[in-house]
Amino acid sequence: MPRMEVYTDHCKGCELCVEICPAGVIEMSEEINKLGYHPARYKGEGCTGCGFCFYACPEPDAITVYKKED
Amino acid sequence: MAKDILRKPKGFNDVYFNKPGADKENTHYCPGCGHGVVHKLIAEALEDFGVADRAIMISPVGCSVFVYYYFATGNVQAAHGRAPAVATGLKRANPDSIVISYQGDGDLGAIGGNNILQAANRGENITVIFVNNAIYGMTGGQMAPTTLVGQRTMTTPYGRSVENEGYPIKICELLASLESPAYLERTAITDVKNIMKTRLAIRKAIKVQIDNKGFSLVEILSACPSGWRMTPRKAKEWITTNMMPYFKPGVYKDVLNERKPYAPAKLNLSLDEIDEKLGLKEEAPSFPGDMSGLKENHRNPRIKVAGFGGQGVLMLGNVLAEAGMLQGYEVSWLPSYGPEMRGGTANCQVHIDEDKIGSPVVSDSTVLIAMNKPSLDKFVPDVVPGGVVLYNTSMIDQAPRRKDLEIIPVPASEIADATGDLKVANMVMIGAYLETTKVVSKEAVFAALDIAIKHKGFIPMNQKAIEQGIEHVRKIKG
Amino acid sequence: MAKELIKGNEAVIKGALLAGCRNYFGYPITPASEIAHAASKYFPLLGRSFLQGESEVASINMCYGAASAGVRTMTASSGPGISLKQEGISYAAGSELPIVIVDIQRGGPGLGNIAPEQGDYNQVTKGGGHGNYKTIVLAPNCAQEMCDLTMLAFDLADEYRTPVYVFTDGYIGQMMEPVEFPKAREIKVEKDWAVWGNRESRDNLINSIYLEPLELEAHNQKLQDKYQLIEEKEVMFDTYRLDDAELVTMGYGIVSRILKTAIDKARKKGLKVGLLRPITLFPFPNKKIQELGNRVNSFLVVEMSNGQMVQDVKLALLGAKPVYFYNRMGGVVPTVNEVLNKIEEILK
Repeated sequence: MPRMEVYTDHCKGCELCVEICPAGVIEMSEEINKLGYHPARYKGEGCTGCGFCFYACPEPDAITVYKKED
Repeated sequence: MAKDILRKPKGFNDVYFNKPGADKENTHYCPGCGHGVVHKLIAEALEDFGVADRAIMISPVGCSVFVYYYFATGNVQAAHGRAPAVATGLKRANPDSIVISYQGDGDLGAIGGNNILQAANRGENITVIFVNNAIYGMTGGQMAPTTLVGQRTMTTPYGRSVENEGYPIKICELLASLESPAYLERTAITDVKNIMKTRLAIRKAIKVQIDNKGFSLVEILSACPSGWRMTPRKAKEWITTNMMPYFKPGVYKDVLNERKPYAPAKLNLSLDEIDEKLGLKEEAPSFPGDMSGLKENHRNPRIKVAGFGGQGVLMLGNVLAEAGMLQGYEVSWLPSYGPEMRGGTANCQVHIDEDKIGSPVVSDSTVLIAMNKPSLDKFVPDVVPGGVVLYNTSMIDQAPRRKDLEIIPVPASEIADATGDLKVANMVMIGAYLETTKVVSKEAVFAALDIAIKHKGFIPMNQKAIEQGIEHVRKIKG
Repeated sequence: MAKELIKGNEAVIKGALLAGCRNYFGYPITPASEIAHAASKYFPLLGRSFLQGESEVASINMCYGAASAGVRTMTASSGPGISLKQEGISYAAGSELPIVIVDIQRGGPGLGNIAPEQGDYNQVTKGGGHGNYKTIVLAPNCAQEMCDLTMLAFDLADEYRTPVYVFTDGYIGQMMEPVEFPKAREIKVEKDWAVWGNRESRDNLINSIYLEPLELEAHNQKLQDKYQLIEEKEVMFDTYRLDDAELVTMGYGIVSRILKTAIDKARKKGLKVGLLRPITLFPFPNKKIQELGNRVNSFLVVEMSNGQMVQDVKLALLGAKPVYFYNRMGGVVPTVNEVLNKIEEILK
């Protein structure tokens, strides 16, 4: 199954991934990360592997998208 | 390029080793900043094209001043607005490198406006990534050249007004009016469609450079949530509703199909070839001279040559100095220079000396060669007693009144005219001078002509004029 | 090679090419334009690059780029252009980039005129742009030195990673004299710090930003240490008839030539006068001046400026001996007799 992964401590909580995700499978976490933000997180299912969140995310290393099974 | 995993591209450093402080993993950008997205698209393209090693990123001044923290490329930080000039230097020093000038709107559109215009107009084979967020972010939110009309910033607290600040500058439209640029596009980082268009535009702009097709620029409308005092989501909407209607996305220039790749030719010269191209010679003609037998007032002359511009005054002095050098003497030649010689009067000062020359300035001359009346009147008083004055009687109707000088009248213009060209009056004077003083020989002067005169076809006429000058002095001296 | 009668401004370019200069960037200005003319002629012939920049500011920043790539690069101008270049020179000093800058001085301030003057002394020897930096300043006084010191400038620039000036006046630039150029030789300078656009140099960074004050202080200290080393090792000067001199005259560029002739005339009158000509204006020959201060009676500084170098001479002597001053400004070149009169006045 495709999935996306958030490197929690790189996320600055801008929510742009949440907004752009066509499947609506990203949400903001209530935890506070090392940078002091509520990071985004994957809801756990439903990712289509489109990669939009990866390109919308301004942080180089905050989001990884696995398009295929791995 | 289909990839199974989308992750931090290799165009980025794994660890931001150039970043000071403890945190070498996170960017310095604010949440939702458009720079991060643009960085990612560049880094991905560098990785996909396999050119990260060849790439040199130029960090501008502005929020992206720390571009050099992130990219796994060579990095050069530039002064405000000067990135296109720095890029030009880098690219011309090493045309094999891939030079990317990353600039913001203040850097590119305001302080560096001429630098980008001229680099584009030269068609420099560089890639410019222009991030337009309509504000100065780094310095705390002041007006940019691209700030929209009515937009409030720290320096337009009542909104940008057309009357005071004019309209926002449209860089793509401006540069598109130039012939040279190969590819210009404006995109926006808003929705998926526009982000993907931006991705393709950045890739294309880098490819243009890899293919040696010249100047490319992508202007990217990008959010500055902090500067705009908005959430990142609102900031994106603001691009769509406010920026895009004025800064219309689109391809403003694409002449890639008609552009032929160009890379400067490489030339590997041997050391001997370098000497030859520089005109350096192992040996020069030599006519060893000896002034010991000359009259005292002729030895080690300090010569002033003066006349109208166009009378060949500077060449006259040049040939004398050249001949003096070939005879083994120390010489110097100092011209009047600049606009004063264009159309006005011209003079030059020549030393030919057995010893090393101190001051090359001739204030008290031992020789005056005057080609016209104003020159004679002006410089005769400076000639030392016993000095030699050669004057062009064709243009000077009155002989100098001083009795303490050796005065040689020479109808130089008339002789020149009879020889075939008024312009060789200067050569007639050279002949007259060498016959009068014997400081330089005819052979040395002829050899000097070969060196000093570019158009070899003129040499025979000049030689003839010199002979005529010699003949004239022989006649009057009996 | 055989002697060639050549303008100082052209000798600069042949010297630069023999020193392995690869990239020339410049903007036309009288009385330095012949340098650009010669560069535009010879650089392409040798497969090297000449570019007329859109401005003085652009030209020095193009040099900044080429120097970053590790090639030998240069620009040339006159006072008004040098003023504009100061931004880039400060950045180059901060980023420790070797760039050779030729300044053929003309009359100022403002547009002034194109006659020879020496009013740029302060702006080239004291840094000139913003920040704590200095540049090496070489002051040729003949066409031969225009070649030789340009070549040396490239070596010093690389050795110390610093901008270096070849600094003279319109007369020395415009004058033709015989020059013996050396034969071309292989020039190879390894610059492991440069950014060439390959894997080996990929981690290199050319930069003058140090956000942390302590880091910037350390960087500044490193620069100051470098300048001190330059002061210890690179002072150059020329002396003439100093052995028994009671009065030491000082001047650089065209003035030193005038002084030499004036000294010969003064000596014929039995006046004990000699010449100390600084060849490096930074580093300045302080020690030599102090040493002379111990045995001569007085100094005479002659400048075609309002008195800029004379301040450094006074600083070196700290009041130990009287320092007289004679100057002309606005492009007026002092005559030998004017200087001679001044010498006689002092020694009487």
